[in-house]
Amino acid sequence: MSGSERILKAGAQADASYPRSAPRPGAAFDIEAIRRDFPILQQSVNGHPLVYLDNAATTQKPKAVVDALEHYYTRDNANIHRGVHELSQRATAAYEQAREKARSFVNARSTAEVLFVRSTTEAINLIAHSFGAARVSAGDEILLTRMEHHSNIVPWQMLCERQGARLQVAPVNDRGELILEDFERLLSPKTRLVSLVHLSNALGTVNPVKEIISLAHRRGVPVLLDGAQAAARIPIDVQDLDCDFYALSGHKLYGPTGIGILYGKSELLETMPPFLGGGDMISSVTFEKTLYNKLPNKFEAGTPHVAGAVGLGAAIDYVRGIGIEAIAAHEDELLRHATEAVSRVSGLRIIGTAREKAGILSFVMDGIHPHDIGTILDQQGIAIRAGHHCTQPLMEQFGVPATARASFGMYNTLAEVDALVDGLGKVREVFA
Amino acid sequence: MGDLRDLYQEVILDHSRKPRNFRPLERADRRVEGFNPLCGDRVTLFVRLENGEVRDISFQGSGCAISTASASMMTEKLKGKTTQEAMRLFDEFHGLVTGKPGGVGNGEELGKLAVFSGVCEFPIRVKCATLAWHALKAALTGGAQSVSTE
Repeated sequence: MSGSERILKAGAQADASYPRSAPRPGAAFDIEAIRRDFPILQQSVNGHPLVYLDNAATTQKPKAVVDALEHYYTRDNANIHRGVHELSQRATAAYEQAREKARSFVNARSTAEVLFVRSTTEAINLIAHSFGAARVSAGDEILLTRMEHHSNIVPWQMLCERQGARLQVAPVNDRGELILEDFERLLSPKTRLVSLVHLSNALGTVNPVKEIISLAHRRGVPVLLDGAQAAARIPIDVQDLDCDFYALSGHKLYGPTGIGILYGKSELLETMPPFLGGGDMISSVTFEKTLYNKLPNKFEAGTPHVAGAVGLGAAIDYVRGIGIEAIAAHEDELLRHATEAVSRVSGLRIIGTAREKAGILSFVMDGIHPHDIGTILDQQGIAIRAGHHCTQPLMEQFGVPATARASFGMYNTLAEVDALVDGLGKVREVFA
Repeated sequence: MGDLRDLYQEVILDHSRKPRNFRPLERADRRVEGFNPLCGDRVTLFVRLENGEVRDISFQGSGCAISTASASMMTEKLKGKTTQEAMRLFDEFHGLVTGKPGGVGNGEELGKLAVFSGVCEFPIRVKCATLAWHALKAALTGGAQSVSTE
């Protein structure tokens, strides 16, 4: 591990030059200024001011992101790489600058380790195909947890079917926390990869990923983290975590849809075959033999979502301008207040009471289906999500078909949490 | 809250709290699973036919107020109806909740089921209201063993 410690120090030094915003005390977190940056929030829905509490599904976009997309399409748009003309060079520069922003955001050692993908889902599928083809054979095991999103279950089931491998699933306790002893017990000589969620989309549980990674590495097993929910709520340092792969989606990080990031350690990515074949991922093609391009291009076949990457770069700048630590502190305050307040609503039960939680509050109400809660809240302009949140095995464990879920973003206020609680009172009235 | 009361009418709330014919049916000759992947609602519909008539009908499952009440009231309505009458009611009901009257009648046949007219103002909930009805259609046409609203 001394090698990675050395790298960690080098990475931290390199990163010191990047203007990271320091954690701010709550008072300096200017919520009104932030809200003004999100034009979509300034509207009424069903006759009430919009209260957007569906941020785990997707976040809204600051004007800076919308402007970056517009700027790109109105000034720089061209296809990237190998273009001799001015616009192509500008587009290429914009795309690669976005990659550098992404690298810095997750603190990867090099941009060679930062792949642009469509989404977290695509990132996981890429690993399942590419790593799976190289490293997983019949009888091998992939270790997941019970709290995974379907996107971190199904690609592995498909891999297992292709290769004759098996899924192992680490259990979760009644608070919605991973049972570490069981997880450790399930790590076997046959385990080829651990893939787990950093922050659960259905429960809000924050997993002790550093400890988990260290447990897996002691047995030589690489770890993929699904960071879809964590990216906007927890500072990510892939070198400090020492994770092998980290996947996230731009649209849950205040950026555009259709763009995401997959970080992978270069020594692993180098040994993996490409996921998709096509243009840009090759260095030369003949009908006899094709030589693949170097990292990261080897994994980016076809024309990528250049505008999306540019928009994501702008989102990363915006988020870092506010400070991810400050956002996390703000959301912690919202979650604390919401947890206390909804606990006073009669017949309401919170699903997911882990000691380490962030940004997400799932609950059910006696005798009232989450879907009905969602409709009644929507009539008051309050957007939440009702359903199984693509985590059906987890819902089964908690004995519910679905939950209602409020999830916070940097622009939500304590007053909006109060509006939610008032709204739940009206839900009770309708069903009284 | 006027709009909400259109959707959550007292009779709907009553049926959602105390669903009628909520039981498995022994000697059912048709059994269809209905599933709404959008919200996870599930309904199992049991039908016993005799001489082209719905002799008995019941359901089980879990779902929101709208889907539960709709299934409950549908089973009440259909007992003793011929399969042709039931299929006509399907069309009437579908027209009612989608706001696109498609049946041959003017909807009067629906009787109490007219309380679901508010659903058409909530398009996302149409699938809740029609889940049991789609299961019914599958049961009567003898096709699928399971239906999905997606």
